[in-house]
Amino acid sequence: MKITFPHMGHIEFLLKDLFTRLDVDFIIPPPNSTETIKLGVRHAPELACYPLKVTLGNFIEGLEKGADTLIMAGGVGPCRFGYYAETQRRILKQLGYSFEMIRVEPPAAHPIQFIKSFKRVAPKKKIREIWKAIKVSFSKAQVMDFIEKKVLAIRPFEVNKGETTKTKKKAIKLLDQAFLESEIEKAKEEALNLLDSIPQDKEKPFLKIGLVGEFYLLLEPFVNFDLEELLGNMDIYLERGVYLTDWIGPSSKNPVMGVSNEEIAQAAFPYLSHFVGGEGRQTVGHTIIFAYQGFDGVIHLMPFTCMPELIAKSILPKISQDLDFPILTLVFDEQTGKAGLITRIEAFVELLISRRRKGLSPKRLIKIAYRGDSLELTGWKRR
Amino acid sequence: MKRLKGYLGVDVGSVSTNLVALSEEGEVISYVYRRTQGQPIQAVQDGLAELRAQLPCEIEVKGVGTTGSARYLSGVIVGADIVKNEITAHAVAAMHVIPEVRTVFEIGGQDSKIIIIRDGIVVDFAMNTVCAAGTGSFLDHQATRLGIPIEKFGEIALRAKKGAQIAGRCTVFAESDMIHKQQIGYPVEEIVYGLCEALVRNYLNNLGKGKDLLPPIVFQGGVAANEGIKRAFEEALNGEVIVPKYHHVMGAIGAALLAQEATDDGEISNFKGFEVSQIDYETSSFFCGGCANNCEIVKIQVDGEVLARWGGRCGKWEVDGIGKRKALLF
Repeated sequence: MKITFPHMGHIEFLLKDLFTRLDVDFIIPPPNSTETIKLGVRHAPELACYPLKVTLGNFIEGLEKGADTLIMAGGVGPCRFGYYAETQRRILKQLGYSFEMIRVEPPAAHPIQFIKSFKRVAPKKKIREIWKAIKVSFSKAQVMDFIEKKVLAIRPFEVNKGETTKTKKKAIKLLDQAFLESEIEKAKEEALNLLDSIPQDKEKPFLKIGLVGEFYLLLEPFVNFDLEELLGNMDIYLERGVYLTDWIGPSSKNPVMGVSNEEIAQAAFPYLSHFVGGEGRQTVGHTIIFAYQGFDGVIHLMPFTCMPELIAKSILPKISQDLDFPILTLVFDEQTGKAGLITRIEAFVELLISRRRKGLSPKRLIKIAYRGDSLELTGWKRR
Repeated sequence: MKRLKGYLGVDVGSVSTNLVALSEEGEVISYVYRRTQGQPIQAVQDGLAELRAQLPCEIEVKGVGTTGSARYLSGVIVGADIVKNEITAHAVAAMHVIPEVRTVFEIGGQDSKIIIIRDGIVVDFAMNTVCAAGTGSFLDHQATRLGIPIEKFGEIALRAKKGAQIAGRCTVFAESDMIHKQQIGYPVEEIVYGLCEALVRNYLNNLGKGKDLLPPIVFQGGVAANEGIKRAFEEALNGEVIVPKYHHVMGAIGAALLAQEATDDGEISNFKGFEVSQIDYETSSFFCGGCANNCEIVKIQVDGEVLARWGGRCGKWEVDGIGKRKALLF
């Protein structure tokens, strides 16, 4: 058995680590490239969402390199993500590949199926051993998330342009080499210290932007044109509304992000009172939280034809109006060009700067928000 | 000869290339509006030569700004002091002409935007994304098909008592609908005005959705020359829409104003002089091949010296060629 998987942010490190612990043979597909997208787009339905197309490209490239088992996440709720594995399985079968598709269900919703799918990956291992391996690999991936979070907070203040990105690579390498639990602990400390040692100019003026939206677009830099680096280099402090381990982890507390799903749902409540699949409610709720936390604005990312984010997108203008809070929605698919993206981002950033100059500082914004319709406020506080 | 001091603005878009010379007081000294014809470098060079020929006297260029989709490229060619996106440039120009403006409609060759301004700052904007059905190229195409010169389009539209109902969501369907209306005998002016109404409906539905379109409304961009569209906007919104005198070169005016702001600390301009219209720019491209992306890298050279190089995803080849650029923030 030779297993392969799609790329998504740093999930490659997590799965590589896990399969090594489980003694499973695996192939990492070539990094996402224009070729990957071309392959995926050619064989996927035209109106399928963008992540399906890109990950299909990953599978084709992995199969061409000799993989015979594919691993793909499943999903719950009214979002097409839950059908990806099956849709992709059928497309690939029609293309004449022979392979087995293993669908991994979200651990929180389907714990038994979740562990069963890994039993299929590593039939010789005992359930207890599999649990242990998942736990350690997960903790390692969580450190990776903390590194990413720190990078977003440091980059706008770096004294030497580009140093944070370089140091991040070193930090990831350090962590990647750690295997034993004690080594991971040590690597965590070293990696975070390494990032802390980057010379920073804390006096620098900066903007604060929150990133919300669909998880794949937020996590995978190739499809969002390295948006985080682009914004960071414009001296913008970023916080992201999705981290890998928060997203796949069984806990709703989101330890990396520091905002729990319950809080997000409460914040969203006045505008969206129920789960709509994917990150639709997260997008709405987190946007409101970013506004209350005094951010200058929010950038919302979504794939073209994404249903849950489309719901969020139609709610965001109302929030923007009620809270006097700038929000920019960016829609991505294989047709998206970098030039149009940059024009919109530049204009948005200038909008935020002129607000600051006018004295519409985040603090005052909070006051405006508090003075506004009290429903928003009580909505967020409701337990 | 008297020597004026002034600022240049260059706006290179997909369809037109506009240049403006602005006096220190912000008055337009002269301007050039020409087609880009897919050759932005040539268009900037010829435009500069044309602008120079039109100037009433020699001017001392204190600053130059570029905007439009080819803003970085034209910035390299002219030696820009500031390179700004077209949304900001259009907003700045609109506020310069009508200081109390609260809504800006801009319809250009291939894109259209709406800018919401409150108390002198941009508070919201939108650009068309997936469809070009509401832009100048569409009107251009239909005018050609009807055998009407685009300059006459507005005049003919004004003659109509009412517009024919035309499906304007998609250019292709709009066209078949127009053919149908022609074939059942609608007068041409009603079809022309119907097209204007369809474009306006499409624009307001796509870009204006959920936005408070408060007066004064300024309408600029190449399409603002079309009085039929202006009339359709006024009828749809039930209010006045102001078309400024230099509506077709507002982007360039904005770029010049931004250049003035960028150089007000007394810094000497990067402007390379009107002579750049004589320089032979060699552009070439190659595939990087460093990774699976195989990005196409574009290179702009003068006498073997690399002025700019871009196009890669990773920044390995990037030389942006724009010397001192103002820090982005504050």
